[in-house]
Amino acid sequence: MALISIKDLALGYDRMTVADGINFEVNEGDYLCIVGENGSGKSTLMKTLLHLQAPISGSIEVGDGLKADEIGYLPQQTVVQRDFPASVWEIVLSGFQSHMGLRPFYTAEEKKIALENMAHMGISEFKKRSYRELSGGQQQRVLLARALCATRKVLLLDEPVSGLDPKVTAEMYELIKELNDSGITIIMISHDIQAAVRYASHILHIGKEVYFGTKEEYVNSEEGRFFLRNGGDLA
Amino acid sequence: MIDKLTLYMSFPYVRYALIVGVFIALSSSLLGVTLVLKRFSYIGDGLSHVAFGAMAVASVLKIANQELLILPVTVLCAIVLLRTGQRAMIKGDAAIAMLSVGSLAFGYILMNVFSASANVSGDVCSTLFGSASILTLTKDEVVLCAVLSAVVVVMFILLYNKIFAVTFDENFSRATGVRADVYNLMIAIMIALIIVISMNLVGSLLISALVIFPAISAMRLFNSFRGVTIFSAVLSVVCAFAGMIISILTGTPVGSTIVVTDVLAFAIISGIGAIKGGA
Ligand SMILES: Nc1ncnc2c1ncn2[C@@H]1O[C@H](COP(=O)(O)OP(=O)(O)OP(=O)(O)O)[C@@H](O)[C@H]1O
Ligand SMILES: [Mg+2]
Repeated sequence: MALISIKDLALGYDRMTVADGINFEVNEGDYLCIVGENGSGKSTLMKTLLHLQAPISGSIEVGDGLKADEIGYLPQQTVVQRDFPASVWEIVLSGFQSHMGLRPFYTAEEKKIALENMAHMGISEFKKRSYRELSGGQQQRVLLARALCATRKVLLLDEPVSGLDPKVTAEMYELIKELNDSGITIIMISHDIQAAVRYASHILHIGKEVYFGTKEEYVNSEEGRFFLRNGGDLA
Repeated sequence: MIDKLTLYMSFPYVRYALIVGVFIALSSSLLGVTLVLKRFSYIGDGLSHVAFGAMAVASVLKIANQELLILPVTVLCAIVLLRTGQRAMIKGDAAIAMLSVGSLAFGYILMNVFSASANVSGDVCSTLFGSASILTLTKDEVVLCAVLSAVVVVMFILLYNKIFAVTFDENFSRATGVRADVYNLMIAIMIALIIVISMNLVGSLLISALVIFPAISAMRLFNSFRGVTIFSAVLSVVCAFAGMIISILTGTPVGSTIVVTDVLAFAIISGIGAIKGGA
């Protein structure tokens, strides 16, 4: 059975539909890229998958063994967070909350894993630094390290490279690719169609027409050819 | 002056008052950061007016231990406000305004019509701005205050990491399966407890100041949640203690003196922060 299967999903707010007719499947080890214009409902889809938003109709079925506390999430950045007094260490550790139940404090084992994840993301030196003083790229890495503490199974990433320079963007994509190679299922929203085609195994295109298929199928489809021809600049 | 202080200190009720003041200051400062950052400060303000209304009812009904009525009413309103606030922000704000202004008016009418006391405006004034002196606290009240403060402090320590996670990024917490609504509820209950405790010290109008000033002062100087939390607790205790001593020596009203001390500390710390940040 698929890890996540979506049937006839319609999304929106207060009964106002943003996108509908969405059907797709995610299997273990997949790298799904979600593309589409601004406002087409990509973030809404992700929030619906995470049960932060109720679907208007349709079903989200989750394969056996996948629980909410096995999901990691990298949100599209919010402004409120930016003046929050929080050290990198505090934020990364907070990823473990989902496994803690009522236990009040972090274990030595959890602290060790957090340090490893920080090393993996190349942010060990920022441990004691304030989150709000970091650059956008560094902040993304902190949030990714936190997401890794929350899961070893599925990562949902909402525009992980927005606002990053080309070099850091490339590094970020490599990091995500590495995570995928190590067995983590990736569901990522991106405006960068070139990268999507390069790294993803599957592509979901939402908009007036919804398209879902493997990367190869997408490149040869009408939607895919149209967007690739336009330089992939969906924005 | 020192003589006057030592003389006062020799009275047990002065010592009680100082102890209670320190307890209250400590517990009230703990949730300041969360309130400011979660935009809950307005709820805190609204709740303190609700507490005023409840207190008016309690005094009209001549209930001996007023906290027994004020506490459940305030906790209940905290839960209701949190629920409405979550559904739609604007509706939530309106609900808070209606509840708080409504209970202020209701409480004032009750006190005017039914109060047996000869000095109604004096009573109202002390409910709003704190007793002219907390030296009038009975031993029972002192014990209750101390116990409730201890409850808040213990709850806060046990929930500290969860409060951080839920305050920093509620969506992430909920998405990964953390029971964010449960912890929000806990936060609301703690706010209600703090308000009820602090009413004795600074009165219902000034509670927000006691909760928020130490936190925003600390946020000027510290960058980690832990640093801010610890510093605001220390600052709050120091200001409350200093404020109480000044008020004993000069005869100024306790609550307002403490709040003015908090404001002064904020001004000084903002100055230091600006110099540090500018350098
Ligand atoms: N909280 C909300 N309440 C009501 N409508 C909303 C809300 N959030 C988003 N929308 C609307 O839903 C639509 C889809 O928004 P969404 O954020 O999912 O787009 P997106 O595909 O992620 O766009 P972007 O590429 O800009 O991130 C938009 O028209 C937006 O105006
Ligand atoms: Mg979006």
